[in-house]
Amino acid sequence: MASATPSSSAHRSEDGSTTGREDPGGEGGATRTVLAGADISRIISRMAHQILEKTNGGADVVLLGIPTRGVPLAARLAARIREVEGTAVPAGSLDPTMYRDDLRLRAVRPLHVTDIPDGGVDGRVVILVDDVLYSGRTVRAALDALAEYGRPRAVQLAVLVDRGHRELPIRADYVGKNMPTSRRESVAVRLTETDGTDAVLIIG
Amino acid sequence: MNRHLLSTADLRRDDALLVLDTAEQMARLSDRSVKKLPTLRGRTVVNLFFEDSTRTRTSFELAAKRLSADVINFSAKGSSVSKGESLKDTALTLEAMGADAVVIRHAASGAPHRLAGWVRGSVVNAGDGTHEHPTQALLDAFTIRRRLGTVEGLRVTIVGDVLHSRVARSNVWLLRTLGAHVTLVAPPTLLPHGVADWPVAVSYDLDAVLPGSDVVMMLRVQRERMLGAFFPTEREYSRRYGLDADRAATLPGHALVMHPGPMVRGMEIASEVADSARSTIVEQVANGVSVRMAVLYLLLGGAGADERKPDDQYGEVADR
Amino acid sequence: MTTTVAAPWLLRAVRPLGGEPADLLLAGGRVAEVARAGGIAPTTAGVAGGNVLDADGLFALPGFVDLHTHLREPGREDAETVESGTRAAALGGYTTVFAMANTNPVADTAGVVEQVWRLGRSAGHCDVRPVGAVTVGLAGQRLAELGAMATSAAAVRVFSDDGHCVSDALLMRRALEYVKAFDGVIAQHAEEPRLTEGAQMNEGSCSARLGMTGWPAVAEEAIIARDALLAGHVGSRLHVCHVSTAGSVEIIRWAKAKGWRVSAEVTPHHLLLTDELAATYDPVYKVNPPLRTAEDVAALRAGLADGTIDAVATDHAPHAPQDKDTEWAAARPGMVGLQTALSVVIQTMVEPGLLDWAGVAERMSLAPARIGGLPDVPVDARSSMGVGAPANLTLFDPEARWVVDPAGLASRSRNTPYRGMTLPGQVHATFLAGRPTVLDGKIR
Ligand SMILES: [Zn+2]
Repeated sequence: MASATPSSSAHRSEDGSTTGREDPGGEGGATRTVLAGADISRIISRMAHQILEKTNGGADVVLLGIPTRGVPLAARLAARIREVEGTAVPAGSLDPTMYRDDLRLRAVRPLHVTDIPDGGVDGRVVILVDDVLYSGRTVRAALDALAEYGRPRAVQLAVLVDRGHRELPIRADYVGKNMPTSRRESVAVRLTETDGTDAVLIIG
Repeated sequence: MNRHLLSTADLRRDDALLVLDTAEQMARLSDRSVKKLPTLRGRTVVNLFFEDSTRTRTSFELAAKRLSADVINFSAKGSSVSKGESLKDTALTLEAMGADAVVIRHAASGAPHRLAGWVRGSVVNAGDGTHEHPTQALLDAFTIRRRLGTVEGLRVTIVGDVLHSRVARSNVWLLRTLGAHVTLVAPPTLLPHGVADWPVAVSYDLDAVLPGSDVVMMLRVQRERMLGAFFPTEREYSRRYGLDADRAATLPGHALVMHPGPMVRGMEIASEVADSARSTIVEQVANGVSVRMAVLYLLLGGAGADERKPDDQYGEVADR
Repeated sequence: MTTTVAAPWLLRAVRPLGGEPADLLLAGGRVAEVARAGGIAPTTAGVAGGNVLDADGLFALPGFVDLHTHLREPGREDAETVESGTRAAALGGYTTVFAMANTNPVADTAGVVEQVWRLGRSAGHCDVRPVGAVTVGLAGQRLAELGAMATSAAAVRVFSDDGHCVSDALLMRRALEYVKAFDGVIAQHAEEPRLTEGAQMNEGSCSARLGMTGWPAVAEEAIIARDALLAGHVGSRLHVCHVSTAGSVEIIRWAKAKGWRVSAEVTPHHLLLTDELAATYDPVYKVNPPLRTAEDVAALRAGLADGTIDAVATDHAPHAPQDKDTEWAAARPGMVGLQTALSVVIQTMVEPGLLDWAGVAERMSLAPARIGGLPDVPVDARSSMGVGAPANLTLFDPEARWVVDPAGLASRSRNTPYRGMTLPGQVHATFLAGRPTVLDGKIR
């Protein structure tokens, strides 16, 4: 249980996002803000519209955020959908940690809450929501985790940022922003709910 | 936290809370229809039980299997151990089998510490002599937290054969670490000689302590203790230190009654108390599986210090 | 004990009792001449070519006498033999060891004690004085043939059931009385058996935390008090083995103040180590009586300094690996100690200023020799270095520091609690009746 303390949960790095660091440029790389708060808010709105369009007005949709930052993103999308359409789309969370294929490559990861909304996932359209799509391994693990809760009619993927470099045949149905990066760079998503501010940074 | 779980005295507060938080997630997963997780696929957990304890062994076995680990039950009876093989030779055998974790129950205090020096895998103490039983204390704390919301600041009374109790020792250190105030209640003969140095209050009077208790933990009292002149008769013990219905009625309304099992009904605890709404005795068993899943996950769910890539030591590099 | 007279040896510039450098001529098994350094010319002294030891920087003390050694032979030759144990003794600066009786068979007859005595003579590394058992088979039921052992070739004077306490008060009284006939002494392993059933370590804060059955100080003190009263009552000699508690020191001080014939020994490990070490659960720290607290250690040092405790005795107790590579409760108690005794005494007594070199001579050589009834014991430390004294000498470098490596010890067993520790003082040479048993730190 060496280095897994609760504080390290702030350092979770889903698909390439470096998070929770006060001074991301501290290792010498340049940091630049690529999306500001207003951009993120506009992107959420657009994605909400796209979801409504593609899912027949949000019928049978369940949004499941992938912790940490996918969870508030899912909640924001649900809130935006309700504002736009008046439809209450349930939002919850799905922690794929115990399904990852790379557990043994790193110190043990703390678990996060899985919260499947009442009504479950059987026969529903589940939209997985994450902050950054990178190798695709987190999404693969999430698909395995999801299967244990039932059989959705369809599963879709929504991400705030797609930074490329996929290692698995996975693509997102809704992309907030395509952001070409080099592998040496990291993408850091900051959200008010988890970090006190809204921004997307590229570090390196 | 260390590579092994040998004693709750080694657990820092952060480590202890991480176990409880992880157990909380495990408990939620245990509520769904598909209980099995692929997490520890390819890992081998050996249950090495030198004392019979179906209850604890089964709990660890279920925990390991829910995480998809391969489980080997290596019970002392009928094996080379009963033919006089030493603990060290047994350890070398397990090592050769490639055990990633060894869960050990042994009659000698400190046996898990010795084992930890002889094997590469993680060692989990499932009860050693009169020393410790860390997962029992963790599941007790987990049970308290689920029922009462927190452990911090609670007044926990531990009653019975503290001298011979590994459960009591593990609970004293863990509850202290989690900020509870512990009072030990026992006849003076069943308290260790050095108890004055423990971070606890001590009382010989159960009736005086119960009204101020948020939790009362009853320890098993073995009838054999009478032979060692620790107390005169079962009847006298039960009258002075047993939790009967009248005594339980003096507890605050929210107070919990706990027992690590197996209990001696009518001796340290009356049936009507054991079966009452305050009793957590059945929950403790279920929570035991969640807590042991958490412990196995935290010990085996990541890279060992030697398998980890240097880059990954801070856990901030992208998962590749 | 060799019958052939040793060839003369000249020790040049050695410092007797740490004093001014001097030349010592050893001849005829005795110190033949003492002169200022450079005062004895090798050519005029009749010393053969190689028999000159340049002892510049080395201190000399009378050869050490260990009242409490377990040589394990007969019975557990896998753990130690008379040969290997006495090699360790010589390398530790000892010229006499008292071999404890708890062998297999037990040394409770003239036959067994003579066997051990002969093995010692043929090994030749130091004098071996067998201790006879007090009771048959150490069983605490019937007196062994104490008189037969006393009049055997081994000339036994010390009787002990060590490992077991002679707990029956009447039997103890009888033993104390009986050995008066041949000026024997009963060396008691003071341990009240009912109070120590299943005991694993000192009873106190550590045992409470570690969940191990406690060995309370009172179990030792109660027996010492009882035996002191008995010895006083019948006017016999009592020797208390391995005193380990502050309370024991007080009781012995009181008994001596009464004028009773009570003597006591302390082990090096009880002068240095404490029960905190049991937290490792490594049985290398398991010993009987157990390691005690820091307060006990301080009281033992003070008692040894003021003479309440007469002697240092090693309780050298070798054990085979399978008896120590186990869980604590299954392990046998005991530690090897012959080769580390001087170093531990220097560290715990000399360096803190509690004992001078004459004091070390008294506690490690002269007092144990007197308690054990050896013949020809010098009256004091000074005369042990003077003309006519037996040429039993230990030469050591007090400035040397060495790291204890179990594999480097001469004992067949490796159970030293000092593994990896850096200790002061290293034995360079040991002379037994004028003959070197150790030179350059190696067995001759
Ligand atoms: Zn002894």
